[in-house]
Amino acid sequence: MRGRTHPVEAVAAWLLALIWLAPLAYAFWSALHPAAYATSFSLSAPWTLENFARAWKQAPFARYYLNTIMLVTLVLVGQLILSTLAAYAFARFKFRGSGIAFALVLLQLMIMPDVLIVENYRAIAKLGLLDTIPAIALPYLASAFGIFLLRQTFKSVPQELVEAARVEGAGPLGILWRVYVPLARPTYVAFGLVSVSYHWNNFLWPLIVTNSVEARPLTVGLAVFGAPETGVDWSVITAATVMTMAPLLVAFLLFQRQFVQSFMRAGIR
Amino acid sequence: MAALRHPAAPGMSDLAASSPIPERRARSQAWWNAVNAWLLLLPAAVLLITFTHYPILATIRHSLFITKRNGTEVFVGLDSYQAMAADPIFWKALVNNFWFALGTIPASIVLALVMAIWVNRNMRGRGFLRLAYFTPTVLPMIAVANIWLFFYTPDYGLLDQLRGLFGLAGWNWLGEPSTVMGCLIVMVIWKEAGFFMIFYLAALQQLSPDLDEAASIEGASRWYTFRRITFPLLMPTTLFVAINAVINSFKLVDHLVIMTKGGPNNASTLLLYYIYEVAFTFQDSSYAATLTVVLLVLLSAVALIKFGYLDRRIHYQ
Repeated sequence: MRGRTHPVEAVAAWLLALIWLAPLAYAFWSALHPAAYATSFSLSAPWTLENFARAWKQAPFARYYLNTIMLVTLVLVGQLILSTLAAYAFARFKFRGSGIAFALVLLQLMIMPDVLIVENYRAIAKLGLLDTIPAIALPYLASAFGIFLLRQTFKSVPQELVEAARVEGAGPLGILWRVYVPLARPTYVAFGLVSVSYHWNNFLWPLIVTNSVEARPLTVGLAVFGAPETGVDWSVITAATVMTMAPLLVAFLLFQRQFVQSFMRAGIR
Repeated sequence: MAALRHPAAPGMSDLAASSPIPERRARSQAWWNAVNAWLLLLPAAVLLITFTHYPILATIRHSLFITKRNGTEVFVGLDSYQAMAADPIFWKALVNNFWFALGTIPASIVLALVMAIWVNRNMRGRGFLRLAYFTPTVLPMIAVANIWLFFYTPDYGLLDQLRGLFGLAGWNWLGEPSTVMGCLIVMVIWKEAGFFMIFYLAALQQLSPDLDEAASIEGASRWYTFRRITFPLLMPTTLFVAINAVINSFKLVDHLVIMTKGGPNNASTLLLYYIYEVAFTFQDSSYAATLTVVLLVLLSAVALIKFGYLDRRIHYQ
């Protein structure tokens, strides 16, 4: 299969790639040109950043950025700490009930917080956290996916290294910190990229639990901004759309290999 | 070595088991192990129970009660389920979910496989191709929906402008029950195919090149090699991708919020979106719980297929 490629196939592959990029290219075109050129593609169309300036002025995107950054940071830090501790327990300690406990953790891979919106809303309301950033983060902080990935990695840590650390007098947490965590770095990177992408893009749950500019992440801000009732110009909405996806897109272009490998590693498990 | 170890050192079980320590010490070691493990699990367990296990049970409970105006709960048994069985929108959402899955999954899988085969070749510009195919995966669904919303806008939108070139009249793509689902399916295929591609790519890269070589020496055509060798070897990947795609098809509703709101006339609504509407627009949380139970049953069925059947088969291949 890796041999010579038939020219027809090469053309088809490129054609598909162009089709795949077209919607994105179109978004950039529309965002970077005056509204009059939103559907007429002419090489002489003037370029402009006006749409971005207007979007930035018409809605508190700076605040939305800040909210999203706080959200993904909170989620990531929480997930890394909780998954590391839990994965360590499953990978290195033999204790009664560990099998059942692990099965109960895995349940979350199938029934994610995304579908438990009704009851989770009740819980967040009871905790008095509605319309806050922690409310968006809380249901996701314990990640079955993170626990699973790290447990796999931790299980492959050579016993000799653990023994050596113990001889030097390290306790359970010392061993975790000095032996396991450094060796699992690729897994942390993979999990981190997937988690940040997921929560940067997440929409339905934040839409449900937030109600104000102070808590809304970018995705929800974009939906509010782009709602047809607001009567905002199409080109301005595309500019806002581009702003919403730009940071991840730039990160992806810069670290393409890392992204693809992370998604792959995370999915194959 | 065993004698050198500090007796109080919370031992790793596998080592402890192999060393000849007196029974009492072994027992205290096991106890100490368990305490450590549960302490490590505690933070994650509290959050998992609060936001996954308890909500699952609470959903089932709430589906059997209704809340009166004054806030008291009344047990109504399966009444809500009967109401659900008589609710045409529920059935519409369920059927839509089925068509949505059928429309998106096989097409994305086939495209993903084709993309992976191309990207795996020594083709010029394969880095660019991989980039192009994968990019939609990293975009927020809500941004994607915004972009595609414009393609489908009647008259002014890109699709109708194209039709205009051929002298065809404008068409309200998302406003007509006959086309709305198809439009959303095309968009989701675009969003997902590149994601599935990377799993095929990983699998292809692990296949031995000898297989291809042997096949070509035997004079097998490329199509024959693919059909009889490559594709069967990729079966575990196909099953894995298919399961994930099915789960995704129940979760993907972000786009409905800004593109169609489930309309026109519920032609594009999906189960999770209907749950969202019932709970947060119509404020009927007990009926929303009943609907959620259906979604949980469906997801559990997928889980059973995955863990009970497929994982075992994949393992032995």
